[in-house]
Amino acid sequence: MSIDKSVGEGAAVRLADSDFAVDRRVQDVPAALRDYWNRVRAGDLGAMPAILGLLGLVVLFTALRPETFLSERNIANLFTQAMPVTILAMGLVFVLLLGEIDLSAGVASGVCGAVMAKLIVDSGQPWYVAVLSAIATGIVIGTAIGWLVSVIRIPSFVVTLALFLGLQGITLRLIGQGGTVPVRDEVIVALANRNMPVWLGWTMAVVVAVAYAFVQLWRWRQQSKRGLATKPVQLVAAQVGVVALALLFGTYLLSLDRAPSPLVTLAGIPWGVPLIGVLLIVATFVLGRTAYGRHLYAIGGNTEAARRAGINVVRLRMSVFMICSGTAAISGIFAASRLNSVTPDAGAGNTLLFAVGAAVIGGTSLFGGRGKARDAILGGLVVATIENGLGLLGAKAYVNFLVTGGVLLLAASIDALARRRRVSAGR
Amino acid sequence: MTRGTPVPEEPAVPVAAALPAAAFPDRLSPATLTGQSLVPRDRGAARWEPLGMSATPVLDLRGINKSFGPVKVLHDVSFTARPGEVTALVGDNGAGKSTLVKCIGGIHPIDSGRYLWDGRPVRVDSPRAASALGIEVVHQDLSLCENLDIVQNMFLGRERRRGIVLDEPAMEELAISTLSSLSVRTVGSVRRPVATLSGGQRQTVAIARAVLWDSRLVILDEPAAALGVAQTQQVLELVRRLADRGLAVVLISHNMNDVFAVSDRIAALYLGRMVAQVPATDVTHAQVVELITSGRSGDLGLPRDADTPPAPARPRTSHSAWGAPGQAAGPPS
Repeated sequence: MSIDKSVGEGAAVRLADSDFAVDRRVQDVPAALRDYWNRVRAGDLGAMPAILGLLGLVVLFTALRPETFLSERNIANLFTQAMPVTILAMGLVFVLLLGEIDLSAGVASGVCGAVMAKLIVDSGQPWYVAVLSAIATGIVIGTAIGWLVSVIRIPSFVVTLALFLGLQGITLRLIGQGGTVPVRDEVIVALANRNMPVWLGWTMAVVVAVAYAFVQLWRWRQQSKRGLATKPVQLVAAQVGVVALALLFGTYLLSLDRAPSPLVTLAGIPWGVPLIGVLLIVATFVLGRTAYGRHLYAIGGNTEAARRAGINVVRLRMSVFMICSGTAAISGIFAASRLNSVTPDAGAGNTLLFAVGAAVIGGTSLFGGRGKARDAILGGLVVATIENGLGLLGAKAYVNFLVTGGVLLLAASIDALARRRRVSAGR
Repeated sequence: MTRGTPVPEEPAVPVAAALPAAAFPDRLSPATLTGQSLVPRDRGAARWEPLGMSATPVLDLRGINKSFGPVKVLHDVSFTARPGEVTALVGDNGAGKSTLVKCIGGIHPIDSGRYLWDGRPVRVDSPRAASALGIEVVHQDLSLCENLDIVQNMFLGRERRRGIVLDEPAMEELAISTLSSLSVRTVGSVRRPVATLSGGQRQTVAIARAVLWDSRLVILDEPAAALGVAQTQQVLELVRRLADRGLAVVLISHNMNDVFAVSDRIAALYLGRMVAQVPATDVTHAQVVELITSGRSGDLGLPRDADTPPAPARPRTSHSAWGAPGQAAGPPS
């Protein structure tokens, strides 16, 4: 191999061709599929368990409750049911990526919901002041957790367990024993209880689908123009097709009239859905396309290596708790909207269990270094489907607890086994 | 790998054209490829010095002392590393190799002594200062993130971006051209996660990362420990290629075969003292082992009446780790 100074970048890349032919070749479809299957066998499961689980649950509950489960009303209900858990899980993904845990995220959402409700009801503040204050409260809580975990170096498990108890006290103090703060603000209530006009829903779905297709194809073109390895264009098209189809089908389902009486129309996408969509896009972008996200994965994979690479581990570790608690505040607002009120036990009980379960079911690893924002959506849908289906079956409370706990354990087992598989596959 | 005729970047250095081609560090470093420097750095005169024994050392330590509390670990240590040369740093466990490397890398500040870089005294009191000079330490435990792929690891902490968005295609191209220029062919795709690589491949990636950043001194801590025969050979070839590109390479190794296979010079530490730094061709395998174990060998090493503690009796078995003579690896191609 002869290398000359006069050769330009292109020539050097052509020279490299012989060595990294794989990185230069456009894969064909069978090769790409084989590649995917090899990754799955090596323990890189991705979204597969969540999607299979979701399909299985839908089939199961449809068989058990054919007349109610797939009704238009229940589908819409399922989406709003999934919202608070999904948002909470999305914040937790950041914490889990570092291999940390935030057990207080659920009750933090309760505190933030209470702050918002009190500001609206008692102080008569406009909704945006209340919402911003709630999010600020979440960030303050997250800063405290992050400081204790990353500067003082207390294990996050202990810090957040302590806050799990402490924050419930704050909610109780704010709302009062046995009290309930009603939330009647139009905007807040609309989040989970009002729907977009049908035409707007369709427009949005189409715009999002086209934008997604554009982004995917643009990236594919960039890679192939530079002569880098790309997925076969057929697979990119298929991926775009599936996502677009899912979007349009969801819009169709939510655009059907689901009013119980024929006198009124109740149709359209709940306002919360596009908000979750925005959160998903932002989180996906941050994790996948920015140096900050890359560094989070690095710390989750090998903290010492990240430190040696000059990454400020302390600051990043602090930031994920701030993101998590800030997102928890948004989740608390959604929960308040859905229930039209905030109670002293808001965010307590199994809220956090559901959220952690959602993230893990979606494919985020409890061991750190692995996870995506979309895991929260997939897992949140699975968890909400279980909750919803068991409700339709009229299952007793104890069954609910048993099943939900079992599902979380199952997801954690899959995560642990897949991890072992990955370690042993790493020759 | 052969080298083409280099063309000097700066016309202000006409003498460059008269120097032998081998005098030039590889001109096809990634930074040169893209026409912009990744890590802007003051290029010292050493870059233009011819290779060989007369080259100005890029790193020149004189009379370094280092204590940890009451324990004096380095006594008056002098050490040089020259561009284009592999300097092997040998010594038994506890001789001070790691401490010396940490002093060079800025992890431990030195107590006293002179730290010269390109002949100029510098203060290196943090890893950041060391990497700003162009010192890259490849640690034994590799410092790679298994969940990231090769490209992501090579650019970790120094990602290229366009605005706030990572510039993935550019990083991928740079990684490929760097690995190719080092003739690293074994890793397959640069998009493979490090978790799926073998030990030798991981070592290769870790070393290539040092090259990517246009380092001038690369310190390799036991790069071939825990590797198989073929993989060791690959890594040693890579080490040699780094030096051929004009980098100064310091190789820490316990394996005499590896040391003699790639080194131009051998520096032996004995109980915190530098007992010899000699051309590898001037000493034999047995002499180096003697230097390591007793601090002297014939005329080399500590004077016989030195006020050093006598060499502690060592069990015979500890020598076997250095490999028996006769199974020496062939010279790298």
